[in-house]
Order: sequence, then C-alpha cells, then structure tokens
Amino acid sequence: MLKYILNRLFHSVIVMFVISFIVFFIMFKAGDPVQLLLPPDATQQDVIEMRHALGLDQSFIKQYEAFLKNVAKGNLGTSFVYGQPALNVVFERLPATLELSILAMIFSILFGVPLGIIASIKPKAWYSKAIMFLSLSGISVPVFWTGMVLVLVFSVILGWLPSSGRGTVYLFTSAFTWDGIKHLIMPVLTLSFFQLALILRLTRTGMMEVMMQDYIKLARAKGVPRRVIVYYHALKNSLIPLITVIGIQFGQLVAFTIVTETIFAWPGTGKLIIDSIQNLDRPVVVAYLLVISFIFVAINFMVDVLYTFIDPRVRM
Amino acid sequence: MALLEIKNLKTYFFTRNGVVKSVDGTSFSIEKGEILGIVGESGAGKSITAFSILGLIDPPGKIVEGEIIFNGRDLVKLDDDELQKIRGDEISMIFQDPQTSLNPVISIGEQMMEAILYHKKGVSKKEAYSACVEILKTVGLPAAQKRMKSYPHQLSGGMKQRVVIAMALLNNPKLLVADEPTTALDVTIQAQILYLMKKLSQEFHSALILITHDIAVVSQLCDKIAVMYAGRIVEYGKKEDIIFNPLHPYTKGLIECLPKLNDDRKRLYQIPGIMPSLLGLPKGCYFKDRCELADEQCDIYPPRQEIDKRIVFCHKVK
Repeated sequence: MLKYILNRLFHSVIVMFVISFIVFFIMFKAGDPVQLLLPPDATQQDVIEMRHALGLDQSFIKQYEAFLKNVAKGNLGTSFVYGQPALNVVFERLPATLELSILAMIFSILFGVPLGIIASIKPKAWYSKAIMFLSLSGISVPVFWTGMVLVLVFSVILGWLPSSGRGTVYLFTSAFTWDGIKHLIMPVLTLSFFQLALILRLTRTGMMEVMMQDYIKLARAKGVPRRVIVYYHALKNSLIPLITVIGIQFGQLVAFTIVTETIFAWPGTGKLIIDSIQNLDRPVVVAYLLVISFIFVAINFMVDVLYTFIDPRVRM
Repeated sequence: MALLEIKNLKTYFFTRNGVVKSVDGTSFSIEKGEILGIVGESGAGKSITAFSILGLIDPPGKIVEGEIIFNGRDLVKLDDDELQKIRGDEISMIFQDPQTSLNPVISIGEQMMEAILYHKKGVSKKEAYSACVEILKTVGLPAAQKRMKSYPHQLSGGMKQRVVIAMALLNNPKLLVADEPTTALDVTIQAQILYLMKKLSQEFHSALILITHDIAVVSQLCDKIAVMYAGRIVEYGKKEDIIFNPLHPYTKGLIECLPKLNDDRKRLYQIPGIMPSLLGLPKGCYFKDRCELADEQCDIYPPRQEIDKRIVFCHKVK
C-alpha cells in the first residue's frame, strides 16, 4: 500500500513538472507584458529597464531555470500587475472558487444520485421520462444561457436574488451569512446543472446495468427487501464508475468556473485567470495553472484511495 | 399432499417481437424430501419455471395462468411482500454461475448473514454469524471463519458455489431449487457439488428441484424426471422408468446422446435440427420437425397420456 502511494506521488510530481514547463513555455511565447504594463508614452529606455528588472531579457532556458529555483523555495514569482507574490494572489481568490465548486458538487450529488436511482427503477414511468428529459436539457443547455436566464428571472423580474458579487463573507465563505447564501444560490445552480444531469444519467445507466446482474437476482431469491437491494447491493456496485467521474468533474468545476464567475461577477480564480491572461501576467497564470493542476492530481489520488474502500477487488 | 404442486403454469414474455411462451402449460409435483430433475435444452423453459416458483419473473414476463401450490398456498396469488418472506426461507435457490451470483463488493459473511437476519426476527448478529460459519463447514469450505471476511473474488468457482449452496440452506428450506448448479464448474468439481447437494438435501429434509441439460446428472441423483421441450413437459415420471425405458422420441434422443462404456462408435449420436424458436412454434407437436416418427397425425399437439407409470405427450406412444 505504501509503495503504491509513493509510486502515485512520484507520478504526480512528474505530471506537475511537465505542466510547469508547458505553461511556462506558452506564456513565454504569448507576448511581451512590458508593452501592456507601461504607460503608452514610455520611452524605449523605460522598456529596456523594465525588461531587465523583470528578468525578461534573458533566454528562455535561463528564465525557466530561475523559475524552477524559485519554485523550489516556494516562490512562484511576483505578479506584474498586483505587485504581490503570485501564489498569494491565487490563494486570495481560491476560497471563492472552491466554495462555488464544492457546493455545486454537493448539490449535484445530493440530487443527481437519488434522481438517477428513481429513474432507473421504473424506466418507463412518466416521472422517469420527465427526469430524463430534464437531464438532457441540463447536459445540452450552455452554462452562460442558464446563468443569464436565472439572472433575468430571479434578479430582474422577481428581484429576489442579487445578480452579482459574493455578499457578506465570513470565515472565507459566503455560506455562513444569509446575505452570502442569497448571493450563492444562482451561481451554484448555474454551475450544478450540467454536473447534476451528468451524475444523474451515469447513476441511472449504472443502476440499470447492475440491477440485471445475477447477484441481484440471487439477493432477491434470498428474500432481501427490495429497498435494501436497490440502495445497498446495487448502489454500492454502481458507485465505482460514478466516483471516478465525480473526481474528474470536480477538477473540471474548479478549473472552469470561468463562465459562471464572469456572469455573476464572482471574485474567484476564474475571473482572475481571464484578467491575468489578458494582461500577460505570467507569474499569476503559471501559479494559477500549477495550483489547479495540483488540485486535479490530489483529487485523482483521493479517488484512487476511495476505490479501495468501495471495491475490495482493488485492495492490495 | 404434495409439498409443491404446479398446475398448468404459463409464463409468457411480452416482447416487441411477439409473445414468447417460455413456459406453456407445465404441471408437476414434488413431495417432501424428493429430488425432481427437470431436463431440457437451453431455452426449453427450465429456468423460467424455477423463477416462476420464486416469483422472480420481471416485466415483460408474466405468469398468465396456472397455480403454484406450495404448502397449501398458491404462490401466484401472493404479493411481493409475502413472496419475499418465503424466498430464501421456505424456498431457496442456487444459481447457475457462481462467478456472477455473489455480490463482488459485499463480504461473504455479510451476504450470508442477510439471509438469516431478514427472515428470522430476534436472531442476533452473533447467532447469525455462528450459524453461517457452521454451515460453511457443513458444505466443506476450508477455513470457514476466515472465509466469512473474504470477498467473492478471493474464492475459486467451486468454493463460491459452496458458499451459494450454504446460503441457500441457511434457513433450512423445505424446497431448494438448483438451476444448473454445476454447469459453470470444472468437471472435477461437478461431481463433488452434486453429491454434496444430494447429501445436504437429505440431511436438511429439503425437497430439491434440479434443473439441468445433462441427463446423466439427473439419472444419478433424482427420484423423478420431467423432460421439457420448447416450454412444455413432454415426458414425466419416475427416474428408473424414464432412464431405462424412455417412451418419448425426444427423451430417447437425449439418452442416446450419452456416451456409453461398451460402445465403440466414433461419433456420438445427435438429435438432428434445433429446438424451434419460441416465437415461431410449429403447428401441432413441437418436436415433429426433428422426429423420425412424425407424420400427419403430429400436426395436432399430442394429448396427455398416462402410459407405463408415467405421463407422456406423443401420438406415437401406445
């Protein structure tokens, strides 16, 4: 088991290293931030001085080498725009994004799994068909449209919910204040729709497949109550593929809240990355991508460990 | 009174392509402690008969007619809750493929204990646990205590089938239905498992319905034999009568197929042709297209005849 974990960790480090190289290379090629940072009337002398100050006049290899050395010290560089350590800039915004992603994921699982089970038990019933129709629209309707419609209905027409911002933040999250919760509802819903539909459909397919297995029939022949068969015998089996997808999707949620954050002017990392790319703020972009990659890798690692709890065949 | 009496059972499947009459008017009975063998090819309706007894027919299937009288009660008329109390308690079942009949993510012990805990109210987990260990020893599973914690993938096919058999016997059922219990097993294990089942059904005083396509198995174990063909029983009687003096051409063919010790033919006998599709059954006797004796008379389905201490459906048997 320990060997397995160490092996996985080693892989993760390599993945992170490769990502850092690719990201750094792309940002190096993307353009010269100095032109954007200096006022339009800056002289050629100003440009050269600034380049030198930022270390941009050196070769790519030299710059990357310097970057790696700093990373080893825990320093991902200073933001050109904010003048603060890039990592701090990202971490400052991360709670807002994580809160949105985590709540959206919880909401999707809480509704997606039970609805998927319901739709799987009697696939021909009218309510199963209704659930499947709604989930299809959840998958097909683009996020920006859902967000806009929610804003139109609940903010513009009804005036029940605020259309932008995080509201009152307490302990890094809006979820502890009533004002914060009101701000959270629409972004979380917008972000959830696709995930919910995906989880629902996966649960349904998985359950329908598992319910046809011999061991389910044997459990019935044993006189196990139907409820226990569905929610224990069958669900435990269909959880295995579901957890993989939830893991991957959670990474996706964190990384791609961009659209939702833009619609609701949510001060998270999604908005930060868009701004930073436009400003060619290389340290922030690199720091952001590394943090997101780290989250991805960490989640995948957790999923692997979770497997061993659910599926005894994976246990070593 | 017979323990189980099936009268004119009809289980149909209403598929998109038409009505599949998987079991079409089957009647037989089994006494306490008796072993009945149901023999037939794949698709003859043997398994569907078994599932009908346990009330495990799912849509689009349905028991459309008939009675299944078990211990004086008609199981067809019971609702699912009442059937659930009988399943795994008074009637239990052993499945064909032990590789797929145990839940891969639940431990053997838990799967076994369930069978007790859902039926016997007031039995503690501890008591259930020791009952399971005890019965695992009875079915000859080595290191029974350790096996309780195992998961199905850690056991071999033969061991799994022993677990399934043990599970079926836990509540001391009056009737055990075994659906091809040895088909998926290694030949060397088959004999062991069959012998074990016969021994246990005697020890536990359970009646046993043994479903198989292997008439050799039936001839060793059973008291009575029912031969099924295309959803109907064609011959039904005591083992000795049927094995040593088969009357129906299909039964004769099945026995002819067996290799014999004093036989130096290079090829084994085969019944020509295949069983007709249940969607396109011929008019008259279902076996006529494969039967050497068939003539115009066979265009009408043969009536039930009681000849020579057995029931047989054939015009040519006099």
